[in-house]
Amino acid sequence: MIGAVLCCASAIASLFIAVGASAAPYLPTDDAQVLEHLPGRNTTQYRELKALQSAAARQPEDLSRAAPLAAAYIRASRTEGDPRFLGYAQAALGLWWKDPNAPTQALVLRATILQSSHQFDAAVADLDRVSQREPRNAQAALTRATVLTVQGKYAQARKDCDHLFAMAPQIYATICVAAIDSVTGKSAAAYESLQQALTSLPRTDGTALAWGETLLGEIAHRRNDPAAERHFRAAMNAAGRDIYLLGAYADWLLDQRRPADVVALLQNETRVDALLLRLALAQKMLNRPEAAASIETLRARFDASHARGDTVHQRENARFEFALGNDPRSALPYALANWQVQREPADIRILAEAAVATNDVAGFAQVKRWLAETRLEYGALTVLVGSGEVPAK
Amino acid sequence: MSRWLLSVALWAFVWPMMPADAHKPSDSYLTLRVDGERIEGQWDIALRDLDFALGLDANGDGDITWGEVKAKHTEIAAYALARLRLGPSNAPCPTQVSEHLIDDHSDGAYAVMRFVATCAAAPKALSVDYRLLFDLDPQHRGLLRLEYEGKTRAGIFSVDLPEQKFTLSELPKWQQFLDYGNEGVWHIWTGFDHILFLLSLLLPAVLVRSHTSGRRWAAAASFRVTFWDVVKVVTAFTLAHSITLSLAALGVVTLPSRLVESAIALSVVLAALNNLWPVVYEKRWVIAFCFGLIHGFGFASVLADLGLPQESLLIALVAFNLGVELGQLVIVSVFLPIAFALRASAFYWRVPFTGGSGAIALVAMLWLVQRAFNL
Repeated sequence: MIGAVLCCASAIASLFIAVGASAAPYLPTDDAQVLEHLPGRNTTQYRELKALQSAAARQPEDLSRAAPLAAAYIRASRTEGDPRFLGYAQAALGLWWKDPNAPTQALVLRATILQSSHQFDAAVADLDRVSQREPRNAQAALTRATVLTVQGKYAQARKDCDHLFAMAPQIYATICVAAIDSVTGKSAAAYESLQQALTSLPRTDGTALAWGETLLGEIAHRRNDPAAERHFRAAMNAAGRDIYLLGAYADWLLDQRRPADVVALLQNETRVDALLLRLALAQKMLNRPEAAASIETLRARFDASHARGDTVHQRENARFEFALGNDPRSALPYALANWQVQREPADIRILAEAAVATNDVAGFAQVKRWLAETRLEYGALTVLVGSGEVPAK
Repeated sequence: MSRWLLSVALWAFVWPMMPADAHKPSDSYLTLRVDGERIEGQWDIALRDLDFALGLDANGDGDITWGEVKAKHTEIAAYALARLRLGPSNAPCPTQVSEHLIDDHSDGAYAVMRFVATCAAAPKALSVDYRLLFDLDPQHRGLLRLEYEGKTRAGIFSVDLPEQKFTLSELPKWQQFLDYGNEGVWHIWTGFDHILFLLSLLLPAVLVRSHTSGRRWAAAASFRVTFWDVVKVVTAFTLAHSITLSLAALGVVTLPSRLVESAIALSVVLAALNNLWPVVYEKRWVIAFCFGLIHGFGFASVLADLGLPQESLLIALVAFNLGVELGQLVIVSVFLPIAFALRASAFYWRVPFTGGSGAIALVAMLWLVQRAFNL
């Protein structure tokens, strides 16, 4: 509700800003001037994508051609951090996009796209349909567990993880369980079992290794364990370029007050908003003059996303207002609206930060209630929240 | 086995999802300045999007140069303008590109296309039909900034909302009132289903149920009784459809139009059959009220098709409703004296009453079948 109001009000206002915000159009004088760089060309991934495109273009009504293309686009959206690819994936599934009785394969892909644009309930509904048809569809169970975990519905998510042991490589089930246990008061056990599994289980492919090590890094981060760095490094070796991992690693470095390392890690990642946010935080910590330009660019991008009526940016928007705009009062509504949609540790943290800074009793009470209910172990958050009431200013 | 293979291939992206806000999604920025019949436009489209649609990077090195963009200017203009329609669909305003430039937005370089559209006449309301990229990227949005007479308005086009209409020259309030009132009158006069429903309920008003003679009906004794009977039916119908028309126009309740239209046809059938095989007589106003609720939804869909101006919603609603009432009163005031004069004749009972009701029931049954089965 808050989100809808916020979104509507700001959409109209910022549309004017966004449409008028650009610098004056100009006429380039040199034919050789490079206007735009298209990342990811001349890669195997790109050539594969091209081949899938032309295969699907010949017979767009053939799901056995459309599905691999949609999957490739979704993968590209991860590595490039460009949500355009999610739109392309949606277009590839065009024939099946609105069909409630679409084939299972199309439903799983659709759910993945939906959850990427934070339509979690719609994604879960599609996955429910899949698991009714095919109770042993591991992909659907794992995806649903991931979505439910993001929504903070741990009991339901945990059921999906438990079922995975019978139908997927054990390492994926272990990761699934550890992701939940680590935020519900069993982080030490989750850390141990996942670490154990990654070294001992067979069929631990690159993806599982990257995912598992990233999760270990995040758990260690929340537990204030310096082993986090080792895990993030191992994940980087296994994953190649991954936007999520870069963000998680940067967050740890920022908490360690190592902004110079963040700049080194992210200085070429300015296209990706979530990473530019971390880069700007580091630049600000270092009192670098580039911080001002980064902040201005981020502000323009948030305005542009409000103009199109998006609400998927609220966590980053809250963090931006809080830490870069020094405006916790503006951050709080975003943090609250975001909390209605996503309930990951990063979401509770920005809510706690904004609520404490603005003396917001209701917001603070929500944080305390969540911590009590879930028994989330998060060092930085414990320090922030303490054991008392909203700290007086 | 093949499913298992596919699953393994898909593992690769199930891993915790980066939120979609990693990067700005695709938007284009369209500015329209309306000055009489002339519309000046500027359209900023991301080079990345044009590359995906048309392939700008001719040498495939991953860099889009000004030379590569220049070589494609004709193609870009043709591609984009084929997906934008200004003005009504039967007489779109022809568009001519005047200039190609480049601009840098927060998320990269955009092709800037300036154009002029010349409409046949200065549009009172501008329809804009925007379909750029929706087929390739359904998450694309077109962000419109519309300027006219020193005022600025905004609009967002999406795959689900590609066509929008913007009122430009605000008519004086009284003129708007008359226009919508006129539409209301016109609608009840041309909407045969409403007229036939009302007539079916009014036909028996000049008769009374007879329990003594072999005939089931006798002529009403006094005009006063007939008159009050008509007032009750018309008032109940009016009250009911005003309620649902308002609720639907304000977006409080919405019903699928196929259901509404079928139910309206059914109401006519039942009202007409009730004359041939009477079930309800004195309480016909109850039928008028209950089915009037359904007819109100029918009126609302007409009002919606007219394009409800958000800024003068109330004026439009009241005027349209009053127009409907006025049109209805005219019908009643023509019907009532004639029917009353003829009420005692065998002709009235045989032809308009029995024959008319039968014909109405037949026609309405046809409508019902057509509407319910979407024929």
